Amino acid sequence: MRAIFKRELKGYFISPVGYVFLAAFYCYAGLMFYITGLSEGRTHMDMLFSSLLIILVVIVPILTMSTMAQERRSKTDRCILTSPVSIWSMVLGKFFAAFTVYLMAIAITLVMALVCAIYSPPDWSVVLGSFTGLALLGAGCIAVGIFCSACTESQAVAAVLSFGVLMFFSFVSAVAAQLPFEFLVKTADKIAFSKRYYAFTYGIFDMSNLLFFLSAVFIFLFLTVRVVEKRRWS
Amino acid sequence: MIEVRNISKRYGSQKAVEDVSFCVNEGEILGFLGPNGAGKSTVMNIITGYISSTSGKVLVDGKDIVEAPAYAKKQMGYLPEIPPLYEDMTVKEYLYFIYDLKKCKLPKISHMKDICSLVGIDDVYSKVIKNLSKGYKQRVGFAQALVGDPKILILDEPTVGLDPRQIAEIRSLIRKLGKRHTVILSSHILPEIQAVCDRIVVINHGKIVANDTEENILTAFEGEKKLFLTVEGAGRDAIRSALERLPGVKSVSFSRERKGSLDVEITAQKDSDIRKDVFDTAAGNGWTILEMRSSKLTLEEIFIRLTENGTQVQEEVG
Repeated sequence: MRAIFKRELKGYFISPVGYVFLAAFYCYAGLMFYITGLSEGRTHMDMLFSSLLIILVVIVPILTMSTMAQERRSKTDRCILTSPVSIWSMVLGKFFAAFTVYLMAIAITLVMALVCAIYSPPDWSVVLGSFTGLALLGAGCIAVGIFCSACTESQAVAAVLSFGVLMFFSFVSAVAAQLPFEFLVKTADKIAFSKRYYAFTYGIFDMSNLLFFLSAVFIFLFLTVRVVEKRRWS
Repeated sequence: MIEVRNISKRYGSQKAVEDVSFCVNEGEILGFLGPNGAGKSTVMNIITGYISSTSGKVLVDGKDIVEAPAYAKKQMGYLPEIPPLYEDMTVKEYLYFIYDLKKCKLPKISHMKDICSLVGIDDVYSKVIKNLSKGYKQRVGFAQALVGDPKILILDEPTVGLDPRQIAEIRSLIRKLGKRHTVILSSHILPEIQAVCDRIVVINHGKIVANDTEENILTAFEGEKKLFLTVEGAGRDAIRSALERLPGVKSVSFSRERKGSLDVEITAQKDSDIRKDVFDTAAGNGWTILEMRSSKLTLEEIFIRLTENGTQVQEEVG
């Protein structure tokens, strides 16, 4: 797993993908920080954090689109699958590499919190809670992205597919709320990434939300392993 | 060392490989021969564990590769048809990655050095792979397979797309490797297999049609002998009537007629030698023989025959 993690992480910065991802995130987060914080003279960061959900839906697919799809297209998966490493360690290596780049991106929010602290000390527990929520949300999105990438050989298809799936998980509760079926609304609220994440930004640390994201990561990585495995058998 | 037992692979309803069995002994170079699409790569992918067979087993040192995949994979180095290279890495980075991936325990720097000088990539060691020529890429692919010093090397069409000089180099490399490793080499090019392999397995439409040494395959197929002549000074009828009277001659045919000379093709029985009789007949009748050569069936012709009708001529291998 370490070998794959190292290679993937290096790969993000050999190609422009890592830089593009970081730049896009920093730009958006910077802009949002200005709009919701600096220009208004607010040091509460809840609006900044909740505004970051939408950018993840757009840029996480960029981070994950190549993970599995590119290996298959360039036939390099042969060299991994015929070496003595399990499919799980291959998938986990890729997941943690993408997650590391993601952490580099969201670390900027902590810098912003320090900037706020110059004027008035923010509520650190809320900031850290939100940061944890953002990290968990990102982990979930990355797992979805890796799964989508495993389903196809084309990076473009992988990106669009993960964009679609992430859109679904982000807006499912908002859409369901418009429908007159209570059952549907409740189910949508349970599986919506947005609802679970917003709870963190309100300063609520709920164990069930933590477990929700961890389970989402596990389920999508598990499905990824199954997809790769299935291809060997069919 | 490797035993392939009745493996079959089906894609949906289409059979890619059907009931293939063979053994590879330690230290042997086995040639795996078949036309494009015969199922060579499928069999190799199954042996290396990249895909699974629908039925049947592959044993490495007596251990099933499905039950002990880590053991089997450690024994094998695989060079697929398209070398699995990360094009954006340098050769050094790539080989280090493979070294870590294979959990190799050999001393890193000296092991890499040995491999690079063996396959001849010392001079491109710090270059980015995508900038290398095809021949070099192929060699980096070889290097990748050699990392960890595996006992078994599985090479899928290693010379495809290379120029004649590179092909010769790769072949001599394979022969060199064959001294220390057990090698399975697939190809659709006969001379290649003839040049390097101890034993040949011929596969067609997913089935094994021959499995033996080159000499045995040749003898098994040599039904009759042929003799080519170029004769001057006689007409067709005279030649035919004179030659057909000789003992052992089955038939006489003419292929070409040039100014005064005739190309004659004589088919004779397997165990007869008619060259002396033919010469005496010609001398007696006052014809001049400009050229005489006997021809055996080449492996090429046998290959074409084997893969045309797909007859089963499998010989048991000990």
